[in-house]
Amino acid sequence: MAEAKAPTRLSKALNAAWVRPFLFLIFIVIAWDLSIRLFKIPAYQIPAPADVVAVLWQDWPELARQSWPTTYATIWGFVLSALFGIPVAMLIAGSKTVESYVYPLLVFSQSVPKIAIAPLFVVWFGFGILPKIISAFLLGFFPVVVSAVQGFKSVDPDMVDLARAMQGSRFHVFRAVNLPHALPAIFSGLKVSVTLAVVGAVVGEFVGSNSGIGYVMQRSIGTFDLPTMFAALVILALLGVILFWIVDRIERLVVPWHVSQREEIIVAA
Amino acid sequence: MNAAKKTASPDSSAAHLRVVADRGATLTPGIRLSGVSKTYRSRDGDVPSLQPLDFHINDGEFFVVVGPSGCGKSTLLKMISGLLPPSAGEIFVEGEKVDKPHGNVGIVFQNALLLPWRNIINNVMLPIDMKRLKRAEFLQRAKSLLKLVGLEGFEKKLPWQLSGGMQQRASICRALVHDPKIVLMDEPFGALDAMTRERMNVELMRIQRETGKTILLITHSIPEAVFLADRVLVMTERPGAIAAIYDVPLPRPRSLDVMSDPVFSELVQRIRKHFFTQIALD
Repeated sequence: MAEAKAPTRLSKALNAAWVRPFLFLIFIVIAWDLSIRLFKIPAYQIPAPADVVAVLWQDWPELARQSWPTTYATIWGFVLSALFGIPVAMLIAGSKTVESYVYPLLVFSQSVPKIAIAPLFVVWFGFGILPKIISAFLLGFFPVVVSAVQGFKSVDPDMVDLARAMQGSRFHVFRAVNLPHALPAIFSGLKVSVTLAVVGAVVGEFVGSNSGIGYVMQRSIGTFDLPTMFAALVILALLGVILFWIVDRIERLVVPWHVSQREEIIVAA
Repeated sequence: MNAAKKTASPDSSAAHLRVVADRGATLTPGIRLSGVSKTYRSRDGDVPSLQPLDFHINDGEFFVVVGPSGCGKSTLLKMISGLLPPSAGEIFVEGEKVDKPHGNVGIVFQNALLLPWRNIINNVMLPIDMKRLKRAEFLQRAKSLLKLVGLEGFEKKLPWQLSGGMQQRASICRALVHDPKIVLMDEPFGALDAMTRERMNVELMRIQRETGKTILLITHSIPEAVFLADRVLVMTERPGAIAAIYDVPLPRPRSLDVMSDPVFSELVQRIRKHFFTQIALD
């Protein structure tokens, strides 16, 4: 009896959504460890997972202290890209004139590598938190604009006509029809944006900083302290995942009606 | 069988089919178009969409427009609702000249166009929100309209949980909730399957009888037009013009059986000929 039940319980546990990536992660770590042993890769090239974990454990207070400025810059950069990106997208989608002037330049500006202009921000704004926020903002801004423009433009013109024919003012029609319609697209842009904002903040820290995870990485590379470097990478990845998850949760709250969120409702019904 | 009847009694059927260019005396305000035309400006010059139209729809009349695709039927609908200004001529709804959205219309499109984030009752209430009227005053009306179309108990459902026919019925409620004088319908049942479509036609006639609305309905289907209408306006190809206006002398209330009535099939034949001759000429 117990033997018959055990596999089903095990397979149920294996099927939980969060377990699968976790199992895959364990698999990767094991493969990493095995290949270091098998191919005798020296520790100054790739550190063993155990060493990275050891650094994470021992230096945790210091790493946590250094993650704070990075998190701060990321969140502010992200919030700014949402605050500016969505209105800019509204203007671009709402007016052909604005679109023809602004959109091509916006796309053009994206082909400029941010890391190349990041030193400029140090020249302009010094070594404080501001250049990091701007760097995070610049990376996060574009995906928000592109997705939101697409969202605002894909509204059915008949639907807008219908609301306008009921004497809805421009603002009322926008709030009742255009904006909710664009929300799923806006959120898909925000999710890309939040992970890019992490990259932006780190790029800002690379160029000129004495704090933050980017600074920790620079320093550890300089001293060939690879375990610390990898520990910093793990923290960055965690930061990205947590922020992405938060945006995803907010999306579920704000647009529960969207097709991409429906699956669970059907399963529950 | 149709052909046999046609040859057997050509005169008697022709007596039913009076071609009416205009009814002459205007009895009720209704909808009146005088010399209304529409020309779109494009890069290649002006594209005429509608040639000058003159007609009058009476209060409570079921008026159906049939015509080939691209004859400017949808343009006509947008002009009557005030969304699009005519290039020339004037439109009067209830005696008032139309020069901006007047809100005295309900609109039903081919797609139900329900907002996916609003539940059914809130979708029906959309015109109330847009017109900034008091919600509480119209909520009961919205509910009784849903009951009228057989959607009682679906108030809290989201649109995707309803079938296509049910969604379209909800959108008819939305067109009626603010109690407009006229309802404009642009191929309202074009996206539905044939069986649902017939049922919706019967229901629409019942709704019109119970609410007494003036309905202007646009369709591609000639039998649907004859079945529903008091009068049928036949339009020519682009640029659209009035080919003829027919009275439908079939008594109301009508059931689907009316479709086997000789008068019905004669009229369908006759209207169809407008399009056949045009195709032959092309």
